[in-house]
Amino acid sequence: MECYFDNSATTRCSEKAADKMRQVLLTDYGNPSSLHGKGMTAENYLKETREIIAKTLKCEPKEIIFTSGGSEGNNLAIFGSVRANRRVGKHIITTAVEHAAVYMPFKELEKEGYDVTFLPTDERGVISLDDLENALRDDTVLVAMMHVNNEIGSVMPVARAGELIHKKCPNAVFFVDAIQSYGKVPLIPKKMNIDLLSVSGHKIHGPKGSGFLYKKDKVKLDPIIFGGGQEQGYRSGTENVPAIAGLGVAVAEMFSDFEGHRAHLFELKRGLAERLSDIDAISINSGLDDNSAPQILSVSVDGVRAEVLLHALEDRGIYVSAGSACSSNRPAISRTLKSIHLKDSLLESTVRFSFSIYNTMEQVEYASDVMHELIPVLLKYRRF
Amino acid sequence: MEKAFLVKYGEIGLKGKNRYFFEETLVKRIEEALRKIDGEFTVTRPQGRIFVEGSGFDDDEVIDALSKVFGIIWICPCIMTDDNGFDDLSAQIIEYLKEELGDEPFTFKVEARRARKDYPMNSMEINVELGSRILDAFPNAKVDVHHPKYLVEVEIRERINFHFLKHKGAGGMPVGTSGKAMLLLSGGIDSPVAGYMISRRGVTIDATYFHAPPYTSERAKQKVIDLARILTKYTGPIKLHIVNFTDIQMAIYEKCPHDELTIIMRRYMMTIAEHFADLDKDQALITGESLGQVASQTMQSLYVTDHAATLPVFRPLIGFDKQDIIDISEKIGTFDTSILPYEDCCTIFVAKHPVTKPRLSAIEKSETKLKDVIDGLLKTAYDTTETILVK
Repeated sequence: MECYFDNSATTRCSEKAADKMRQVLLTDYGNPSSLHGKGMTAENYLKETREIIAKTLKCEPKEIIFTSGGSEGNNLAIFGSVRANRRVGKHIITTAVEHAAVYMPFKELEKEGYDVTFLPTDERGVISLDDLENALRDDTVLVAMMHVNNEIGSVMPVARAGELIHKKCPNAVFFVDAIQSYGKVPLIPKKMNIDLLSVSGHKIHGPKGSGFLYKKDKVKLDPIIFGGGQEQGYRSGTENVPAIAGLGVAVAEMFSDFEGHRAHLFELKRGLAERLSDIDAISINSGLDDNSAPQILSVSVDGVRAEVLLHALEDRGIYVSAGSACSSNRPAISRTLKSIHLKDSLLESTVRFSFSIYNTMEQVEYASDVMHELIPVLLKYRRF
Repeated sequence: MEKAFLVKYGEIGLKGKNRYFFEETLVKRIEEALRKIDGEFTVTRPQGRIFVEGSGFDDDEVIDALSKVFGIIWICPCIMTDDNGFDDLSAQIIEYLKEELGDEPFTFKVEARRARKDYPMNSMEINVELGSRILDAFPNAKVDVHHPKYLVEVEIRERINFHFLKHKGAGGMPVGTSGKAMLLLSGGIDSPVAGYMISRRGVTIDATYFHAPPYTSERAKQKVIDLARILTKYTGPIKLHIVNFTDIQMAIYEKCPHDELTIIMRRYMMTIAEHFADLDKDQALITGESLGQVASQTMQSLYVTDHAATLPVFRPLIGFDKQDIIDISEKIGTFDTSILPYEDCCTIFVAKHPVTKPRLSAIEKSETKLKDVIDGLLKTAYDTTETILVK
């Protein structure tokens, strides 16, 4: 049985989205900037997707800027907002558990002379609002925070953080990386005081190379790609019309039954966690409560290297990711797993199951059976 | 006039009666190397030299392809022209020098060879006359008969060829002139270099890789295939045996002392490599071992490992420092692939303190603990081995 449980890495593209992309690639292939009819047909695809997305976020269509995906959205939000708001100051805040696409831009700004605060998390992977409040300063220009952690599925208190930031630093920009949360966790930027929010298409059954940045009207942002002035000047370059059209279809499908999908994902995640709980070597790093992300289950297996478990599972058709991808000659310890104070011995023994609405309980049961069979064998051959 | 390449070879010229065989083989290797690049080529072999002529090629691509053929000492881009008299010849040579050198100051010496004796000037006369015409044409040029920067060589045959530029060849002997051997290829830095060095002595290479799923990944296996593919640029096609080694490793792990795991594993690798060497009619094994580099490469360990093999084991890196090996690996283009971080089967279960001075009798005694299972395990390993031809 094939069980693809690596949906936080990427998802299978929706069939309907792929069909639509084929139509755009082969028939409606015009450039939206062209004045003729083919251009207008192409432009209509952009308009349609923009409207679909705006509805899901309860925002205006013009507040959606199409990007090539999560990394670009994050880079645009971070570099674009500090450049547009230079006069506010040179202090920026983020958390210790961000994805590299936020962490690395912050490191880059640090090199450029910005003062960076990395907020620590508790053992669930959540920051403290007191820490945030204490970190905010008159010269704080940007706070960037992930909504759902990609490795363990913890959820940051984004709404309360937004409120706090805008009360204490009215000039600071609040940017939320919603790449793992969009479509899975309730998200209304205006109610949550979010100024910028980035989303990636391929995590929600859209095509790779698609995504968007929500930018609240009036929030100042400089572009990082200059050129023909597409996307209101915020993102030059001919729009990726096929991908954007596909994204619209995928978003509409995700949100066609938001609560039903969430319930299904929770059932899979809790179902697997429960079935694995009788294996002594296993500990669960993800919260299982209603406030956690429904689709991510991080599991540590004491005494088994994640990479080995991953390949052994792969051999049985089960695809997961390794928390910290490590090997003897290049350690790459996860910042998230460190930040939640995971025991050192477990850092290299952590795998992530991430579900999609297309997974089934039958697959979860199979995966649990395979884990029960493999782990005792793998524990027998431990490394010294 | 056309551009062509004069190929100079060294050692194979010394091989007495085998000379014909060596030259034929070299021509074959050159033709194979040229087949991989754009252009139509003919390779000819008048006495003591090889010419590559053709059309539709890029000079740099030809030089790059030839520089990977073992047996070649120098690759000289040359001009081939018909005999239209000495004035025409010297004008052509001067034009060619101008094209390549511009106003660069240089020292030179002319060396003519007259294979066709009906040419109206003898070699000495050509040297003197051509030299003085070059001096006239290049005010910045000087003659230096002892250490010229450029040796302008002119050869009068049916047609005339001349050259003064040369690129260093790979040296060694043409692959296919010194028999066949089995390389124990891992994903590391050393073994591809060892294969390269033995191949450079004219040896045709087969290879064995030990795969240990799920402890080593598909990417680790792909990495080894990629390394073999880089090697084929020098060695020609490589037959690669991919052996599933997991069960043997597990059995050793379960039954033998942990600090002897690596050395026992190495011995079974030798046994398995030799099995395939026999099938492939290879007469030696090749490993990337270098004395003292790790616990399994101490002299005592090598002694013990060697006893598992009956074929001679070639270890071309035995006296090399790691950095020397890395330098070669960078030169031949395997380094960047070798350092990709995928675990290979030698490191996964390595003990904290493996034995560094194993005794053969002790190791053989430990191996008796495997006697009930090992034949079956080896047979399964042989039967499940995947063999691919890497080109």
